[in-house]
Amino acid sequence: MSAAPIRAAFVQAFREAWAGGAGVLLPASFFAGAAMLVPFAVGSDSAQLAAIGGGVLWVALALASLVTMERLFQADLEDGALDLWVQADAPLSAIAAAKVAAHWLVSGLPLALLSPLLGLMLQMEPDRLPSAMLAYGIGGLAFFLWGAFGAALSATVRRGGLLIALIALPFYVPTAIFGAMSLQAEVPLPLIETLFLSAATLFSLAVAPFGIAAALRLAAD
Amino acid sequence: MAILSAFANPHRFMALSKALLPWLGVSAAVLIAYSIWQGLYVLPPETYQGDSARIMIVHVPAAWLSMSAYMGMALASLVWFVWRHEIADVAAKSIAAFGAGYTAICLATGAIWGKPTWGTWFQWDDARMVSVLVLFFVYVGYIALRAAMDTRQKAARAGAILAMVGAINVPIIKFSVDIWASLHQDASVIRLDGPAMSADYLVPLLLGALGHTLLFTALVLVAMRAEVRLRRADALLMRRMVGA
Repeated sequence: MSAAPIRAAFVQAFREAWAGGAGVLLPASFFAGAAMLVPFAVGSDSAQLAAIGGGVLWVALALASLVTMERLFQADLEDGALDLWVQADAPLSAIAAAKVAAHWLVSGLPLALLSPLLGLMLQMEPDRLPSAMLAYGIGGLAFFLWGAFGAALSATVRRGGLLIALIALPFYVPTAIFGAMSLQAEVPLPLIETLFLSAATLFSLAVAPFGIAAALRLAAD
Repeated sequence: MAILSAFANPHRFMALSKALLPWLGVSAAVLIAYSIWQGLYVLPPETYQGDSARIMIVHVPAAWLSMSAYMGMALASLVWFVWRHEIADVAAKSIAAFGAGYTAICLATGAIWGKPTWGTWFQWDDARMVSVLVLFFVYVGYIALRAAMDTRQKAARAGAILAMVGAINVPIIKFSVDIWASLHQDASVIRLDGPAMSADYLVPLLLGALGHTLLFTALVLVAMRAEVRLRRADALLMRRMVGA
């Protein structure tokens, strides 16, 4: 076993994100745009926005994680990278985890870093923004892992975007629940809720890579 | 394993299911008819909820089947994934359709029951309702994934992976929904498990649950037999096209 294929998949995924030109900007813009639509839909009342702002960002994060998923493994399937991964001298689950981690660093983490600004615009309390940012970072990783599982399962399906959402959304429920709980906690820096959220993400980290690997073997056949 | 291999033989499955089906169908019809007759005409109105509680004769069996069907589907998927017994995949595919159907019945009867007792069609505070709703989407995702695959073998494999990963996840989802619902307990929800259910309902309810389980089994067997015939017909067509 060697670590080289894992590292290569990580670096390649990282480079590809920038090669297209858009990189971080596209998912971040989608995240901001989806959040911006909400005040138009529910009204400009500040108290109401303050009550739902954090939750709106969770929904926007979930949608943003899904929007970027369709091409995640399809490109690797088309250019033959997937066949090389399957034959590589490293566990496919580890390669898949590296690929998802790189994808999250480019398309998920920047959204969490952007969340304080959007939170302020949606009238969230300023002293909650740091812990909310942490929660969006941790929870976003779980979204990306399950989104990648859906993407791997539907890698051979043409226009599988909606299918990915349908498969992945039930798996988003625990993270959405614990994420929302951390926003509604009594204290601005909720320890217990953050631990629950982290537990859901760690669980995803333990299970999803093996599901992704099994699905990628199917796609490569 | 010997038992598994014995049932994996399609010929034996066809013979066995053919012999079982009439018995299953008749006993299911008798039990369901009995429970509905008891529920609608014989039993007194429930102490706290009046006539509306009669719907539990259908609702509770549907709730029980919505969950146990998923377990059956995941188990069949595991058997297919490990031993590649074709019948196990036929079972998983057939169970999914009727499992989704019973989940829909559970949600619909729950809403009809909830309106007069809780004053709302859907109660997000109730962990069971929300869990069943999520379960419904798990079924829909499974069926959609199978339908999107271009070959039967791929559909079987993708479906098995999703059903097994889903089975690992369902307890976590259930746990998180329970925690979430317990946060909003101040709403005036009439808990079903609060006042004890009157004992009159217990026997018809259990017999009804047994009847619906038998009906479910019979429906799944009919669907499985159709699927086995379909696959056999496809294999024969393929053989003719090859010219052998």
